[in-house]
Amino acid sequence: MIYHEAGQFKTSYKQDMAMLPIVQDRWSVVALVTFAVAGLPILLAFGTDAFTSNYLYSAILIPFLILSLASIGLNILVGYCGQISLGTGAFMAIGAYAAYNVAVRLPQVPSILAILCGGIAAAGAGIAFGLPSLRIKGLYLAVTTLAAQFFFDWLFLRVSWFTNGSASGSVTAPAVEILGIKLESGTGKYLFVLAVVVLFSLGLKNLTRGALGRQWMAIRDMDIAAEIIGIRPVYAKLTAFAVSSFTIGVAGALWAFVHLGSWEPLAFSIDRSFNILFMIIVGGLGSILGSFLGTAFIMILPIVLTRVPAALGVPLSTSTISHLEVAVFGILIIFFLIAEPLGLARLWLLAKEKLRIWPFPY
Amino acid sequence: MGFFIEVLIGGLLSGVLYSLVALGFVVIFKASGVLNFAQGSMVLLAGLAFVRAQAFLGETFPFWISVAGGLAFAVAIMVIVAWLVEKFVLTRLINQSSLSLFMATIGLAFVIDELSQIAFGSEVYAVKIGIPREPIIVLTGLFDGGVLLNSVDLWAAIIAACLVLILVVFFQKTGTGLALRAVADDHAAAQSVGIPIPWTWLIIWSVAGLIALAAAVLWGTKVGIQYSIVFLAMKALPVLILGGFTSIPGAIVGGLLIGAGEKLAEVFIGSMIGGGIEYWFAYVVALIFLMIWPQGLFGERLIERI
Repeated sequence: MIYHEAGQFKTSYKQDMAMLPIVQDRWSVVALVTFAVAGLPILLAFGTDAFTSNYLYSAILIPFLILSLASIGLNILVGYCGQISLGTGAFMAIGAYAAYNVAVRLPQVPSILAILCGGIAAAGAGIAFGLPSLRIKGLYLAVTTLAAQFFFDWLFLRVSWFTNGSASGSVTAPAVEILGIKLESGTGKYLFVLAVVVLFSLGLKNLTRGALGRQWMAIRDMDIAAEIIGIRPVYAKLTAFAVSSFTIGVAGALWAFVHLGSWEPLAFSIDRSFNILFMIIVGGLGSILGSFLGTAFIMILPIVLTRVPAALGVPLSTSTISHLEVAVFGILIIFFLIAEPLGLARLWLLAKEKLRIWPFPY
Repeated sequence: MGFFIEVLIGGLLSGVLYSLVALGFVVIFKASGVLNFAQGSMVLLAGLAFVRAQAFLGETFPFWISVAGGLAFAVAIMVIVAWLVEKFVLTRLINQSSLSLFMATIGLAFVIDELSQIAFGSEVYAVKIGIPREPIIVLTGLFDGGVLLNSVDLWAAIIAACLVLILVVFFQKTGTGLALRAVADDHAAAQSVGIPIPWTWLIIWSVAGLIALAAAVLWGTKVGIQYSIVFLAMKALPVLILGGFTSIPGAIVGGLLIGAGEKLAEVFIGSMIGGGIEYWFAYVVALIFLMIWPQGLFGERLIERI
């Protein structure tokens, strides 16, 4: 009833092919973005004290947005193109360190350009480590991306050129400056990250609907059939690697510059790779929306889990809770793979479908 | 020259431990086509179960009973885990892509890691099973000062060799082994001639659990049982690439090559470029190997287009 497209006629191909063909969808997305851009900052500015709003920005909203961007990137590769990767952390690290080196060695380069350079460097590395995908697939590919992870962990830890000669391996990014304005407040950082994430998710959503995205999906669904209908696997796979690593690289640069500020190579360890892989499994493989849902879920879950034992009055030590938290992650992964392989995004679709025909069962 | 041989032998012997972990991967992959990322976690669980049970029994019983009891307890735990995995994960993922199964085993790895640490504690536990720890010096006549060997490593090599023999006999000569090979070849065909698939999975995961226990006890004697043992699993992946995913001899040879190559590279190349290359050397070797020889040294050559 509420969510019904009755009376909305599509009179041109353009309307038919629109990203959000239903009016309610369009308005809800516009409303969501407006709320994120204007509503939330205003609410936080007037509704809470400075400490709380700063905490919300720096501990929840900004990490959520950046990790969503990284999981969109990984989803392009794993969800859309069907090539598994365990090296997300490494590609984030490449983005971060490339952006850092550009920013430190060429101070006249604007911050945005430095961050994009991080993305480009990661895309290059992604193509290099994607090359084996032309000869091997599936589980073997997982090992090559694992190789990328361990190799770059080592590279950034041991080769001091990348850390600009820092003895401890930890580096501090210069402040991000957009059009001469230094990003210092939580609100400013949040809005900048939000803009980047919105741009990327719109762009990538469009890309996945277009020719390139369909090539990726064809390769994912059946590579031989795809090749026979004239899709070049080399091109499709390498573009997926490039686009995915570019996005992940930008996310890594943002994570380092905007969220962490100063970091060491451990910030991009294999744990980060698994973390992001879990986000897309829970959220939904092959769905941009799912990347956001999964990120939110994986970020909120630990907060809930640390509260639950205390709320129930069960005394548990912090170490037990942290072990339990990871175990619950593992159980959830298995649960989602068994019960809903398409993740939260699929549940969301089902809910929408139910809303469409409500109050009738079918 | 003496130093080179010493490094080489040290590497080969630590490679034996990689081989043991890789063996666990291979038996599961052979029988069910699942790349079990949780093998390293099973090593951790088996080790923790053994060490803790042995320590508990050691308070009241003589040494050999505590060792036997610890082993029995760990075996029981591994069989229960195999049953749980079969019951709650594998049978529910029948007909899913191998990628989903792989990701499920990543989840499984997290569950086993954390629950075993909650149940058995997360400190470093020393393993005492009566293997002498003194270093042995051999070939004193040939080189100046001889070649230093670690006796634990030697024992590991002997036990690994016995395990491989047992496994080969089990796979080639017993009825169960035949059934397992049939399942590995074709699930549907095996089922149609009356081989119960869930039962073979239970067997194979139990076997992998026992191999994990052997790896845990030997590795634990060297460095103690601790969480970092899980990263062993990841070192076994390049071993698999090198040896082929489906070959038991491949796992052994691959493990030896990786172990020796990694130590030699660390000592002779690593000193030139900053050290610590042990960390990634195996993976990069595997990567290069994949480009040239994707099916591994002993793997089955699959003819397909990619």
